[in-house]
Amino acid sequence: MAGNTLELKRISASAAPPPGIRETPVLAKYIDTTTCIGCKACEVACQQWNDLPPETTVQIGTYQTMPDMTANFWNLIRFSEYEDEGGFHWFMRKDQCMHCGDPGCLKACPAPGAIVQYVNGIVDFQQDQCIGCGYCMAGCPFNIPKLSSKTKTVYKCTLCVDRVAVGLEPACIKACPTGCLQFGTKAQLLEIAAKRVGQLREGGFKEAGIYDPPGVGGTSVVTVLAHADRPEIYGLPANPSIPLAVSFWKAPLKWLGNIAMIGGIVGTAIHYLRYGAKHAEGHTEGPAERPPESRAS
Amino acid sequence: MAATFGRGAMTNGWTDIANADVILAMGGNPAENHPVGFRFVMDAKRNRNAKLVSVDPRYNRTSAVSDSFTQIRVGTDIAFLGGLIHFALTRGRYHEEYVRLFTNATFLIKDGYAFDEEAGLFSGWDAGKKAYADKSSWSYELDAQGYARIDAAMEDPRSVFQLMKKHYARYTPEMVSTICGCKAEDFIRAAELITSTYKADKAGTILYALGWTHHSSSVQLIHAAAMLQLLLGNMGIAGGGLNALRGHANIQGGTDCGMGYHNLPGYIAIQKAGHQSLKTFIDAVTPKPLRPNAMNFYSNTDRFVVSQLKAFYGKAATKENDFAYHLHPKLPETAPGVYENWSWAYIFDHMFQGRMEGLISYGMNPVSNGPNSRKVLGGLSKLKWLVVAENFEQETSAFWKPNILELIGKKPADVETEVFLLPAANFAEKDGTFTNSARWIQWKWKAIDPPGEALPDQEITARIFLRVRELYAAEGGKCAEPVIKLNWWYSNPLKPSMDEVLREINGWAIQDVRDEKDPKTVALKAGSQLGKFLDTRADGSTLCGNWLYIGCYPEAGNLTQRRVTSDPSGLGAYPNWSFNWPANRRIMYNRCSADGEGKPWDATRPVLRWNGEKWVGDVPDFKPDSAPATTPAGAHDAGMGAFIMLPEGVARLFVPGQFAEGPFSEHYEPAEAPIPNPLHPSQSANPAVKRFTTEFDKLGEASEYPIVCTTYRLTEHFHYWTKNNPYNMQLQPEFFIEIPEELAKEKGIGNGEKVKVTSARGSIEGKAMVTRRIKPMTAGGKKVYQIGFPIHWGFLGKGKQQGSLANLVTPTIVDPNSFAPEYKGFLVKLEKA
Repeated sequence: MAGNTLELKRISASAAPPPGIRETPVLAKYIDTTTCIGCKACEVACQQWNDLPPETTVQIGTYQTMPDMTANFWNLIRFSEYEDEGGFHWFMRKDQCMHCGDPGCLKACPAPGAIVQYVNGIVDFQQDQCIGCGYCMAGCPFNIPKLSSKTKTVYKCTLCVDRVAVGLEPACIKACPTGCLQFGTKAQLLEIAAKRVGQLREGGFKEAGIYDPPGVGGTSVVTVLAHADRPEIYGLPANPSIPLAVSFWKAPLKWLGNIAMIGGIVGTAIHYLRYGAKHAEGHTEGPAERPPESRAS
Repeated sequence: MAATFGRGAMTNGWTDIANADVILAMGGNPAENHPVGFRFVMDAKRNRNAKLVSVDPRYNRTSAVSDSFTQIRVGTDIAFLGGLIHFALTRGRYHEEYVRLFTNATFLIKDGYAFDEEAGLFSGWDAGKKAYADKSSWSYELDAQGYARIDAAMEDPRSVFQLMKKHYARYTPEMVSTICGCKAEDFIRAAELITSTYKADKAGTILYALGWTHHSSSVQLIHAAAMLQLLLGNMGIAGGGLNALRGHANIQGGTDCGMGYHNLPGYIAIQKAGHQSLKTFIDAVTPKPLRPNAMNFYSNTDRFVVSQLKAFYGKAATKENDFAYHLHPKLPETAPGVYENWSWAYIFDHMFQGRMEGLISYGMNPVSNGPNSRKVLGGLSKLKWLVVAENFEQETSAFWKPNILELIGKKPADVETEVFLLPAANFAEKDGTFTNSARWIQWKWKAIDPPGEALPDQEITARIFLRVRELYAAEGGKCAEPVIKLNWWYSNPLKPSMDEVLREINGWAIQDVRDEKDPKTVALKAGSQLGKFLDTRADGSTLCGNWLYIGCYPEAGNLTQRRVTSDPSGLGAYPNWSFNWPANRRIMYNRCSADGEGKPWDATRPVLRWNGEKWVGDVPDFKPDSAPATTPAGAHDAGMGAFIMLPEGVARLFVPGQFAEGPFSEHYEPAEAPIPNPLHPSQSANPAVKRFTTEFDKLGEASEYPIVCTTYRLTEHFHYWTKNNPYNMQLQPEFFIEIPEELAKEKGIGNGEKVKVTSARGSIEGKAMVTRRIKPMTAGGKKVYQIGFPIHWGFLGKGKQQGSLANLVTPTIVDPNSFAPEYKGFLVKLEKA
């Protein structure tokens, strides 16, 4: 992992504040589902760069490589046939970690440092810190992280953090032949996406739009959909958000959680010493307010 | 394409597709099979708002990103294209001035020419012989000087234009619907989009591939598309053209360098039995101009032939011995006017009939390639020896194994063929060039050494050749002289360097080459590489392996290694990237991009323009200083004819004499069709198709085999090669059969269940992929189902290889002109396995 070359923005289960020192733009992947031909070059490029072995698959009546991603397969094109009064469509959407602005996986993670979010938006798993509890899987509204039965740790797309850290684009983007994948700052890509959406709307796709759901703090994947009013038909949740249980458990400011935890232990000890008995604490915190983007300049 | 325009290759190029306004993908699935080149289609969409029109039997990966999709029945493309021609002609959606200037629409045809609409046959048909015995009526009215007579107004009923209008009058939207199985209104919607490029400032391109060439009327099919592009004024312009997409890295190079049995490198026709002297041969293959303004570039054929003979036989080729012409093998005549055919399907027919002793197979896999894998196996099992040079063990080199031989009911003990499998280097393990679809000859450098004992093909060939030559020299034998005298001049005869081979292909001056106008001046010094086509001489002073490639390795060096990315025109021409045959022209027939006076039709996309002294822009596919006509616009002769390779000087809407089945494209059903031809049921299939007669060459009837089937490729695989790669296998692990939902329901087949497809040739089993991407259709008043499957699996390789050779079911029917098999349309029955 490239933790020592990129600045940290957040660290899971850690009391130490991240030492943000300079402004880094949020980077993102652009996926134009309207010019993707489902060639799967990105699937193999991902495996090859990340040194992942090929999976054994079976034909199950679809062009899709396998039903879902695995610990060795982090990038999957989802194929779906869809028909309505507007006609027949065969959608192909590149699926992988969305690199949420507010990552549910990171919030859910109890292992210190196992999940980090870099200032550039990349959410990265550090397998050597991972305890394999699988909480991140429950915390992800996109069902992305996959537990390896071999290593008992969790894997997903790293947005090629090791390539990005040295100024290269992610492997999937490098391999894309049609230009439906692009890499850049999220601001740039949103501009490109807006232009493409305008073109699609002119061409008759009245509901064309950008998928960048606010429920997860936006994503570092900017997806252009011809039918943005119905992301479900592409296999995308309409309004993804971090599962409530995760929010309640981990969402408040981390330092608060940690202090509360230490305080709790101390308090419990005192309480025990004083009263010798224990009673349940009530969940009284209101909906979590996300800390503002920590951008020191 | 060569018959229509003069050359048979992608006319424009990959990068130029980005200049199109409308892209018709038909007879090909470029998103699937040409994903890298498809970038330029997407660029056209993104940057120009171009419209992508997909017409195919299946809703495929290209259709998924198209703006318009029309499903048609397999093998009915000529009907669809004929419908487009009719649509353009009847609604005034053609570029009239372009048609007048650049096509033979104005030419008058002989009185005897006719088409019998009821019989579905052109004049000259001999009912007794069941053949076109006399094609003389398919030609022009000539004047006293031997030039074709024309009517510039195109009003004469014998003009090509009027005859064409009459011929396609039957191809109404309703008839298209009846034949193709699409709705008439869907056809009209697609037709409006496609023909919208008839305007002078609009450009439309057609992308096609094996979906057109793998039919029993494939050449006529491509001619129909060529006619359409000429009517719309789309040839020679940026963003236009008729673009044959080549599926292999170097298939264009192979074709250019004499891969077909019927020609030598540079498309020089193979010598036939009657051509006993060099002069007879050259006279037979050199066309005479049919219009006074035709450049008729092939009048230079003698230079190319003689220079090639010098390359073949070196010092043994002298003026005195007709440049060793007698050493060239001549194609034997089997009946008057009929010559032996050694194209693919015929090779395996000859083999099965016991007319061959051995086969050397490089870089291919005939058992899998088919058609009709069982016939191929039958043929191989009759050989004395078989040499296969390959990267992997494959079905052909392993054909003698029990599980494969079982397909023809034989056991290894029944077969005496001695098989040699030679380990060959793959493309990345050797230097050389690839000629891509866009005719770019691009040098590639070896990336890694071949593993183990594997050798590059040229070294394998050299070793075999040198050993055979030694044996001939020592023992003599049949036909020893050509082998002994072959010019094997390479510095290291055992390892011919690819640099030297390319220099030889380009050619050089053997002696000082004199200027033709001023013989005192030396135009090219002895030893210099040739720079241009007309540096060649017919007197033996030049040597050239393939005249078409002249200029790729001139004195300046190996231009195929150029990688300059500058694009001065802004149209993606990249004139200094590699070398683009012919003569580094990026867009062929580019004279047509300008009007009669030499002004570009579209000022925003100028390819060529007359500046008062010469043509500027792309390398002109024309005489660079030939002034356009000064006559008022509308006059016929815009100076020299724009199609310099044809004796007419213009492109052919009507092809005189050359085709087996007629001068205009007519819809004929595939050899196996679910309905009789709605246009002329008594002549349903292509009348010129000849059938093979062995026990394997069976055709089925619709009553027994009611379902239409087609075969195709997947983007995840390359032929029968990538089944050896676990990553590719992971992406598409198993053979499958795509089945429409309605048909699956009828048969009680669930998605992923095992099914069996059977044709008159054989059967194949695999998993069902039940889909809505193929819909049932009504054609000829009958409900028709289509299914299809990809070709990539077999017996050997990674993963589950269950003997699923797609070509077990395909027919041995071939097009009568190109001899390409009809892989893409045949009849089957379907059942649960």
